[in-house]
Amino acid sequence: MSFTPVAIFFGAIFTGNILLSNYLGMCSFLSVSKEIKTSTGLGAAVIFVMAVTTMLNWIVYHYLLIPFHLEYLRFIVFIVVIAAFVQLVEMIIERVSEGLYAALGIFLPLITVNCAILGVSLFMVIRSYTLAESFFFGLGSGVGWFLAIIAMAGIRKKMVGAKIPKGLEGPGITLIIAGMMALAFMGFSGMINIS
Amino acid sequence: MPSKAIKTFITPLGKENPVFVQILGICSTLAVTNKFENTLVMVIGVIFTTTLSSFTFSLLRKIIPSRIRMMVETLIIATFVIIVDIALRAYMPEVWQQLGPYVGLIITNCIVMGRLEAFASSNPPGLSLIDGLGSGIGYAYVLLIIAFFRELLGSGTIWGISVFGDWWTNWAIMIMPPGAFFMLAIFIWVVKGRAAE
Repeated sequence: MSFTPVAIFFGAIFTGNILLSNYLGMCSFLSVSKEIKTSTGLGAAVIFVMAVTTMLNWIVYHYLLIPFHLEYLRFIVFIVVIAAFVQLVEMIIERVSEGLYAALGIFLPLITVNCAILGVSLFMVIRSYTLAESFFFGLGSGVGWFLAIIAMAGIRKKMVGAKIPKGLEGPGITLIIAGMMALAFMGFSGMINIS
Repeated sequence: MPSKAIKTFITPLGKENPVFVQILGICSTLAVTNKFENTLVMVIGVIFTTTLSSFTFSLLRKIIPSRIRMMVETLIIATFVIIVDIALRAYMPEVWQQLGPYVGLIITNCIVMGRLEAFASSNPPGLSLIDGLGSGIGYAYVLLIIAFFRELLGSGTIWGISVFGDWWTNWAIMIMPPGAFFMLAIFIWVVKGRAAE
């Protein structure tokens, strides 16, 4: 069971897409994917946060929790690391780009409770990756999420004028599109298997 | 007072259901519903967490400074999730293994956090407990219905017991990711379509 980091990177984008095959990060995916611009901003933030927090969590888990036999505390520790890091990113974005800050608004704090971020850290523990593998797994998962939300935003934009059956507007039709995207991504599953 | 309690309990079951009205907690709704047994274990974990964390947070609501409120909420939720995780690992190791990271992900389940923010932060402990319980059950029955159909169509079984017999060809797609998306969409469609009429 040894995978090169590169294989893990591509596997996390295509075959084991964090959103379409592990269903993580659905809440923000469904609510933010209405516009391409906002999706791009959030997607980029997720890539960054995911790659860095997975690495930080790996370091904390292997050098702090395991030596002290505190593995059961990993949920609390991981979420605190993520929350602290997101807070930092939020402060930086606020300084650097006012437009992006205004556009993302309430969604930045939501990254903390974006299940994809915590999920990637938990997968990293379950699959016992090394530090380099964890970084590429986090990066790949972020890129995969970014890809999915951009594609979804593009499709939803084309659907503005479409006639949708009653009761299916909004979340319903979005889920169906996500299902079709998942079908398409299943086509990749023969390539690399990371689970 | 009792009527208010009943109302608090009933609202999340239908009119303000966390899953199909507020579209919260979708991750686990999709991820754990491919087997009925796993789903049942998962929803019990979620009901336990929402109920007790609503109660605990409501008890502490007056002494927590508002600046660190979110952090305290997360820590309270994480505490109960750790209890669920350890209990599952000890008593049902197989189910624990199949659920994988999704037990830990109850922490980031927006339903739990949402109830603490929206309700428990401004209501007394007793009422918050009922609200948490109602939300948990509102989430639970939707998941159980979805899991019922996915396992039935995808594996021809319920609780691992064969229902259809040999003539049935499994719809393998139902237990795979796309089936989860389609099933939830259909569920929302049926419920909302009826409400629109």
